Amino acid sequence: MDSILQPWPWYVAGPLIGLMVPLLLLAGNKSFGISSSLRHICAACIPADITFFKYDWRKESWNLFLVGGIFIGGMIASQLLMSSGSVVVDPRLQKELTSYGVTDYSNLVPQELFNIQSLVTIKGFVLMIVGGFFVGFGTRYAGGCTSGHSIMGLSTLQWPSLVATCCFMLGGIFVANFILPLLLQL
Amino acid sequence: MKNKMITINNNVDYEVKSLDVNANVQEKKQPGIVYLIVGILFGILLVKSEVVSWFRIQEMFRFQSFHMYGVIGSAVAVGVLSVWIIKKFNVKTIQGEEVTFSKRKFSNGNIFGGLLFGCGWALTGACPGPLFAQIGTGAFAVGVTLLSAIIGTWVYGLIRERLPH
Repeated sequence: MDSILQPWPWYVAGPLIGLMVPLLLLAGNKSFGISSSLRHICAACIPADITFFKYDWRKESWNLFLVGGIFIGGMIASQLLMSSGSVVVDPRLQKELTSYGVTDYSNLVPQELFNIQSLVTIKGFVLMIVGGFFVGFGTRYAGGCTSGHSIMGLSTLQWPSLVATCCFMLGGIFVANFILPLLLQL
Repeated sequence: MKNKMITINNNVDYEVKSLDVNANVQEKKQPGIVYLIVGILFGILLVKSEVVSWFRIQEMFRFQSFHMYGVIGSAVAVGVLSVWIIKKFNVKTIQGEEVTFSKRKFSNGNIFGGLLFGCGWALTGACPGPLFAQIGTGAFAVGVTLLSAIIGTWVYGLIRERLPH
């Protein structure tokens, strides 16, 4: 039981995440991909006569059930399957974050940075609003996210997905190493 | 109908199956609960492996930990093997249909959008799936990030005809 409550190592979690691919293919002929759910939400709620959102989102509603499930899964895991320990991070990262005043490791997301009050600061605005915008805009522009391209796309050996995955990494490496250190000092 | 044709002709987004001309859209429908359960399993995996943790994402992009590379790498390995087995032995879905795959065409969006998403991933510490999982764990402020991501998708839809693809 204790090993369930502890964080799961990559060689357990990774292969299980990989099994999502055949699970969805065999359950209903669906390609694994999460970011399109954001498009379906737009199509369902605010289509605004935009061509890109003019399609029958109900035919894709499986994707909305999937993300609803992810939300519930997050709830179950945090309520029932977690030990009370904090997130253990690499000492180099811990040292760097301490210099920005980030010392709370009790949640998966640092509460000192991600909270409603910090939305009015430049730091909080860029992390949450600008960051979120890039995630939504970028994934749709790229035609997929980590699940759609990096896992499903690579699993079916599609080279455009490899290009997209490399670009995800390049963008992330650049921001994490050159932009975030400046931003978090604010 | 005209509008729909335009979307199909310029389709660079292979995640909406009903718009993909090559896809078999005559498939039998599964009740939503099936996907809800798959989602719950995936959400538990995302949280328990800590891949939805902002800290793990920072470690990954700073090359300070193997964890994320191990998770994604082994997930892809299992995915490749599964798809190979499905194709090789012509495994059918539980409803007895042939499994279909859509071939993705390259677009410059893979590069530009990919770079933008990478920037957002490093800032928020989350891809779209983990956003939903993070909110589930009680990080309610991430709801703002999700809302912003929905707006980002909407703005992309608004200006996509003017973007290089």
